Amino acid sequence: MEEFKLLIVILLSAVFVDNYVLCRFLGICPFLGVSKKFDQASGMGIAVTVVMLLATAVTWPIQHFVLNTLNMGYLQNIVFILIIATLVQILEMLLKKLSPSLYKGLGVYLPLITTNCAVLGVTINNIIDGYSFIESMASTLGCGLGFLLAMVLFSGLRSRINEANIPTPFRGLAVTLIAASFISLAFMGFGGIVENIFG
Amino acid sequence: MEILIAFLFMLAIALAAGLLLLVFSHLFAVNKNPLEKTIRECLPGVNCGACGYKGCDDYAAALAENTAKPNLCIPGAQKVADQISDILGIEKTQVEDVVAFVACNGHCGATYPIAQYEGVQTCHAASMLYGGTNACRFGCLGLGDCAAVCPSKAICIADGIARVDTSKCVGCGMCTHTCPKQIITMLPQEAAVAVMCGNKQKGADARKACKNACIGCKKCEKACPNGAIAVTDNLAVIDYNKCTGCGLCADDCPTGCLKKVYFPDLPENYDPHALVK
Repeated sequence: MEEFKLLIVILLSAVFVDNYVLCRFLGICPFLGVSKKFDQASGMGIAVTVVMLLATAVTWPIQHFVLNTLNMGYLQNIVFILIIATLVQILEMLLKKLSPSLYKGLGVYLPLITTNCAVLGVTINNIIDGYSFIESMASTLGCGLGFLLAMVLFSGLRSRINEANIPTPFRGLAVTLIAASFISLAFMGFGGIVENIFG
Repeated sequence: MEILIAFLFMLAIALAAGLLLLVFSHLFAVNKNPLEKTIRECLPGVNCGACGYKGCDDYAAALAENTAKPNLCIPGAQKVADQISDILGIEKTQVEDVVAFVACNGHCGATYPIAQYEGVQTCHAASMLYGGTNACRFGCLGLGDCAAVCPSKAICIADGIARVDTSKCVGCGMCTHTCPKQIITMLPQEAAVAVMCGNKQKGADARKACKNACIGCKKCEKACPNGAIAVTDNLAVIDYNKCTGCGLCADDCPTGCLKKVYFPDLPENYDPHALVK
């Protein structure tokens, strides 16, 4: 029971308190680039979540059973990047075959998941935080869901912005960045909330 | 020794990743329409977007699926349209030849700057700052965004305004999207007259801004025997579906903004593929 509670705390704090996009500012590129439409934003969020989960499932064992035993922790970054790149390529092939419309919609942002710092950030942070495999997966799922939540929230906001009458100097990217900063500020309100609920 | 282990380890991981990708690329290969490749080879490959698709690859894909008309490639002209029609086995259709036309004659002698601009030397940047330095806020800024984007180098800046060399223009329309003042339009090659102004201010204000401006006097409207010219928002607009090219309007225009134009036909041995090199 105690362990289960720990997993919930890890998951929820990854979604709300340490949201990768809005609080740690990782993965901003797709956050601003693909958040124009709801369906593309949610597709991107799901794709990133899947890549994160796959990446963690592969990188955690490699770090603990191979890199640590061979005493080659310094290879962490380069090995993880290689693995993530491979996984993204595979996901791209799968999407192209199974869901061509989503593949077209994501466009150039799909291969860009390769260099999405949120994915590399999650895998490395899991190692730094000293999580077990199950804990790592819970934290990764939380990070992915947090990313999805940020994307979906922001795409809704942007569709409203599109219909609003905005003063000329603020149109386009300017008002988008301001809106992003407001969402980020709003998420700061979650600080400390999860620990206290389950405290 | 340690570096050798690290090297071998990386090599093993890279090999494993490569093999995995190879297996997946065979398992999930998407079958491409073989027509698409043959059609793509016909297209010029300028990726200008004049056909309305994202590029030559996109247009070829649409053609292969029979969802696009074969006469949309403007840089390729009639030659490519005929080739595509042959490949698809459908009837040949006429390509509408168009050329870019700069609807502004506000050269250095006609208009004047009201401010000095020392920022980034592009029309886009200059127009963001109070619409540019021209007295006429509709006119050509002359910093050459259109010339920079032109794939066939048909546009040059002369005497402060952009000019199109119609013998080089392939009609892709990239300049029309680039111009921040949106004064470049695509005219049919048969066009005999054109309005060289985009000023929508009232006559007196337009005249103050530029000597060559259209003052919206409606003389051309009255002179046209076919009713092809209408003055809307103080600016003469020609309907080329009705225009017969008699040139009576140009004779009557008091400011000379309505001009007789002449666009030469494309040469016999015109090769769209030469553009790419």
